[in-house]
Amino acid sequence: MATVSVCQYHRGGFSFENCKRNALLEADINKLGLSSPAARKTGTTICGLVYKDGVVLGADTRATEGMVVADKNCSKIHYISPNVYCCGAGTAADTEMTTQIISSNLELHSLSTGRPPRVATANRMLKQMLFRYQGYIGAALVLGGVDCNGPHLYSIYPHGSTDKLPYVTMGSGSLAAMAVFEDRYRPNMEEEEAKRLVRDAIAAGIFNDLGSGSNIDLCVITKGKVDYLRPHDMANKKGVREEKIYGHPVTGNYRYKHGTTGVLTKTVTPLNLEVVEESVQTMDTS
Amino acid sequence: MATVLQFPANISTLNNYNDLYPDWTQREVSTGTTIMAVEFDGGVVMGADSRTTTGAYIANRVTDKLTPIHERILCCRSGSAADTQAIADAVTYQLGFHSIELDEAPLVQTAASLFRDMCYRYREELMAGIIVGGWDPRRGGQVYTVPVGGMMTRQPVSVGGSGSSYIYGYVDSNYRPGMSKEECLKFTAGALSLAMERDGSSGGVVRLAVISEQGVERQVILGNQLPKFSTV
Repeated sequence: MATVSVCQYHRGGFSFENCKRNALLEADINKLGLSSPAARKTGTTICGLVYKDGVVLGADTRATEGMVVADKNCSKIHYISPNVYCCGAGTAADTEMTTQIISSNLELHSLSTGRPPRVATANRMLKQMLFRYQGYIGAALVLGGVDCNGPHLYSIYPHGSTDKLPYVTMGSGSLAAMAVFEDRYRPNMEEEEAKRLVRDAIAAGIFNDLGSGSNIDLCVITKGKVDYLRPHDMANKKGVREEKIYGHPVTGNYRYKHGTTGVLTKTVTPLNLEVVEESVQTMDTS
Repeated sequence: MATVLQFPANISTLNNYNDLYPDWTQREVSTGTTIMAVEFDGGVVMGADSRTTTGAYIANRVTDKLTPIHERILCCRSGSAADTQAIADAVTYQLGFHSIELDEAPLVQTAASLFRDMCYRYREELMAGIIVGGWDPRRGGQVYTVPVGGMMTRQPVSVGGSGSSYIYGYVDSNYRPGMSKEECLKFTAGALSLAMERDGSSGGVVRLAVISEQGVERQVILGNQLPKFSTV
């Protein structure tokens, strides 16, 4: 019944054969008191809203590996098509690859139809792929763009459910960001107000959620124009160390003057070594 | 079909508990829900609340759980949001294809059967409770219920979702056969309000839809306009 499409999906899914082996390895490692490396997640605050002329997407820039920050300035707003961008929360690799796959398929689809791509198409492709993998691809996405039918915004969950809403937040900092949105969102805002609101929502996530931090990236999509503002706001600039304190330089000089420590006695013991064996090994420099 | 894997007894859950990522970032999205459909002479009235939850967080407080399947057929979705959206999309496609082949409006029973086939075949993998309602020229207004497990049966009134447990008494005592459209609307709105009041997983606004020969008319009852039953 289904027609043959240009983009053929790989029929395979995941093989779970190694799960049992991994579980045994994990138990062995834990017995030694160590822990296996965690997948790198983007703890994250991402959000989007629809305003008068289009869509504003926002994201923080921290990527964590367990309790350690792996990347202080990673880019979470991914390109899908010239008029559609997607923010990704969850497992960093999953969001990166999923958005790249759908971006590639959407370009093929657009060439096949001869029309600029629609946000609803990207939404369908993403939700069908994520549902096929039954939630094992940990990608929670905020998809936004402007097409022939106007501005659209979707939130997409790892199991494949989607919601079409005027404002959405995702990630571990989503509650903080949603609090800001619920307080100040109005339909048909102007661009400056919309950008300020998204910036404040992400800032709420950055300062109140441990999984989010660093800078705020914004992406403003309107009909015919995309402003990718990275960074829009460096909310957490690294401090500059003082050069001198009370006239003494702070960094560098760890050498003490000769005579700082008084010498009481001096004993010299020569070590008499004899050569036992001498061998030459030529290095292969070819 | 899911295969069963044998895990050792001392399996440690990989990356399951981490202070940085609260519970609701890992839970599946579910439409906690109260859904309802009532037949009357000339059509059906369908109603639903508007809350979608991930654990204890409300992911969407204005969800539309009344999904159009065809011009005069709607379905109410309860259970896993991903599963019910995927099933509804698949059935919409199949029913549309079937209707074009037939060159006439599809029967409500056909739509319900398509839901039933999918829900029964994949019953181990799916968590979906669906109520199908619509109007067709052959049998008028009909309501079919397809609960978790994949049974299908026609009922004059059907309720579903986690909030339905609280309103079986109200529905059984207040339903009379032969109610008019307005009486059905009032009955549905009242039942849903009571369920939303008591069930934590249901809430938001009440969405209603009336399907008849003339088509589908939709309305929304906002939180502050809901019928009130007691001042306790």
